[in-house]
Amino acid sequence: MKLITAVIKPFKLDEVKEALKSAGVNGITVTEVQGFGRQSGHTEVYRGAEYTVEFVPKIKVEILADDDQVDVITDALVASARTEKIGDGKLWVTDVGAVQRIRTGEKGPDAI
Amino acid sequence: MDFALDSGNTAWMLMSTALVLFMTPGLAFFYGGMVRGKNVLAMLMQNIFAMGILAVLWAVIVFSLAFGDAGNAGFIGNLDFAFLTDVGIGGAPGGPESFLGFLTIPFVLFCAFQMTFAIITPALITGATADRLKFAGYATFIAVWLVLVYGPVAHMVFGGGWLADMGALDFAGGAVVHINAGAAALAVILVIGKRKGYPNEPMPPHNLPFTVLGTGILWFGWAGFNAGSALAADGIAAQALMNTILAPSTAMLGWLLVEKLKNGHATTLGAASGAVAGMVAITPCAGFVGGMAPIYIGFGAGAVCYLALGLKAKFGFDDSLDVIAVHLVGGLFGSIVLGLFADPAINAFVTEPGLFITNGGTELIKDQVVASVVTLVYAFVVSFGIAKVIEATIGLKASDEQQDAGLDLSLHAETAYSN
Repeated sequence: MKLITAVIKPFKLDEVKEALKSAGVNGITVTEVQGFGRQSGHTEVYRGAEYTVEFVPKIKVEILADDDQVDVITDALVASARTEKIGDGKLWVTDVGAVQRIRTGEKGPDAI
Repeated sequence: MDFALDSGNTAWMLMSTALVLFMTPGLAFFYGGMVRGKNVLAMLMQNIFAMGILAVLWAVIVFSLAFGDAGNAGFIGNLDFAFLTDVGIGGAPGGPESFLGFLTIPFVLFCAFQMTFAIITPALITGATADRLKFAGYATFIAVWLVLVYGPVAHMVFGGGWLADMGALDFAGGAVVHINAGAAALAVILVIGKRKGYPNEPMPPHNLPFTVLGTGILWFGWAGFNAGSALAADGIAAQALMNTILAPSTAMLGWLLVEKLKNGHATTLGAASGAVAGMVAITPCAGFVGGMAPIYIGFGAGAVCYLALGLKAKFGFDDSLDVIAVHLVGGLFGSIVLGLFADPAINAFVTEPGLFITNGGTELIKDQVVASVVTLVYAFVVSFGIAKVIEATIGLKASDEQQDAGLDLSLHAETAYSN
């Protein structure tokens, strides 16, 4: 089992969600985050005083997936989140040791 | 008593009093939007509290200090009207021949109208000291300040004291309100020092829509502030109203133009700030100038006040919301350029026509400079003393811990927003 974590542009969330549903994903977790990468922050000016806002708002999407689903899901995610401009974000895949559905107690891939 | 009440004048002054009173909550939102979200209630509280304590002090003693023995060409009034003695529904107690004998409105209404000015003037200071003032120290400061600074200055300028007697003009408070509050603000911030983290931490405004809302309320109320200062519903009031629309409009344009040239963007905060700078600058001039003069005055004020924003970085003081640049510089600008545009054809009270007016000269400019400098120096010195004593006794500046936690929580046990 894998955990797919992606950091994307906030306005892309709806498109990504629909693409993931089409790829067979049953559930995702979404968090508002901020950070910086190659896309630097922006500058705001108040009465002539400049403020540099270094952290850019992003959305973090987390998806639990069975091993054989990972490529389908990441392809769908990349295709839907891409604008080809700087700041599109990243995704990464990590191993997951155990998964359990709290309502039923099911374990492993059945719980995904 | 020989008193001719004019119902039209009285109706307008009832309205104007309500309009000026509305400016203080407007100012609260103008400032409140510019502070950080953790300090917004403290800012609103400082302003609304001014309506509480200063109204009472005005009735008890300060009205008498300002307008008692009016026309004495002196420094301060007397105690004749303390506790509202003789402040009744008839005319001025001295009768028609006295200094205030021209009033055709109830004397108690004159007192109420002037009260609304006494409320907003100390409240103006809160912009400079934003984010770092202890509440008890603030409350004490504005109370003492109203007695020791506002009362004498209002008397010298509005109450027929020596500055008015000398020939200086101030239609609605360029000196009494704006130079006075601006000089006091400078004194207090020199006593208490900078906000924790200034200038290294960014402290951007948390809610500019509040600031724009406050600007609208201020502008609406300023109609009463300036046109009401005619103390009658007459042509001078109408001229003052027109000027109070034109000057802020052109000041907005002047501010935005300089801002766009220097920084590349015309901002919402710039539009709001420019308009307020124009309201400030036209205040001393409102009922003394006409024609295109408010357009020149407003445009100049917008540009000059924008450029004055740089003073705080140059001299290293922390004027949080730019009270010095907008009120002190704007008040000085308006008071002095009145010496260029004051026109006897608009107001017969102008005996020394401005330099740009037919038969004009430089006499009025000299008087305006003297009155402005006297007000500035007096307000600065006494305010500095009051702030020093309060800081050394009950404390005036919030601690670093209180500033970090936010004044809303640390001083008032409240927060404005749930997250």
